[in-house]
Amino acid sequence: MTIVVKFFGSLREEIGNHEVKIKAEQPLTVAQVWAQACDEVPLPHHIWTAVNMNYVEQNTLVQDGDEVAFFPPVTGGSDEN
Amino acid sequence: MNDSSLYRYSRHISLPQVTRIGQQKLTQSRVLIVGLGGLGSPVALYLAAAGIGQLMLVDGDQVDLSNLQRQIVHNTAQIGQDKVISAQTRLQALNPDIQMTTYSYRLEPEALQQLITTVDIVVDCSDNFTTRFAINAACVRHGIPLVSAAVQRWNGQVTVFLPTYSQSPCYACLYPNQEEEGEVCSETGILAPVVGIIGSIQAVEVIKVLLNIGESLCGKLLLLDTFTLQWRTLKLPKDPACLVCSSVNFIREIR
Repeated sequence: MTIVVKFFGSLREEIGNHEVKIKAEQPLTVAQVWAQACDEVPLPHHIWTAVNMNYVEQNTLVQDGDEVAFFPPVTGGSDEN
Repeated sequence: MNDSSLYRYSRHISLPQVTRIGQQKLTQSRVLIVGLGGLGSPVALYLAAAGIGQLMLVDGDQVDLSNLQRQIVHNTAQIGQDKVISAQTRLQALNPDIQMTTYSYRLEPEALQQLITTVDIVVDCSDNFTTRFAINAACVRHGIPLVSAAVQRWNGQVTVFLPTYSQSPCYACLYPNQEEEGEVCSETGILAPVVGIIGSIQAVEVIKVLLNIGESLCGKLLLLDTFTLQWRTLKLPKDPACLVCSSVNFIREIR
């Protein structure tokens, strides 16, 4: 199966790519999709994950053709000196 | 509403979803803005201009030269002043009809909670997790709507929590691991107009919730990456295991 993987915000900058496609034989969780797309680096706990534009847990199973997106949580209010 | 007010707000009153009745409602509304920085600047300016009757402004910081790149409610002559005073001066000049109360210190959770019970809606423009969680907990507890946003670098996010609706998530549903620290903009930077875009959306959502019109961002998380100019709206469900909102009795009267 083919899964479209998208990276947003600072993740896009770090990874240097905003979209990759991965292929898998077995069903994968969102965290496993990340690992496969990012050289087996484990998915950091704080990263938000979405499947087909729905906010989901990192252990959610992904289906063929799904779009999996990763977002760094944004916390600043730009109030700092 | 006198002639001068009718004229001042005529472009609102012309909107069939607002009209004179809606404008009247805005002039009778009380809004708490926590943080008068990058987000708080456009939020406060637009809500003051829109004629929100009473603004409560909370910020313990003073205006710094490095703020002025994006915190447009303040100006160069006000460096060193309390941000709430600096903002109040600008907002009162913009609209002398509105009333403001300022709190030039970081409010302790109990004081914050007390203040939140006196307002119609809260706008979170703060810069740290501790304040954000305290605001959220108080809003959930007292059933007060919360418009929450954050920005950094080229990115922003904004959402609305309506604790009186049983399906509404809360800020803690988004961050189940409260101990995690995020990046702050003094370290990572922030592109000036990003706060303008996201803060303006916060102001739009405040007006819609106050007037009970349109479709709010409740249950949705709007994300913006200005570098690639991509918007994303994620469906944001309530976390049934949320430590803050799952245990609250939701059968409240909708005000």
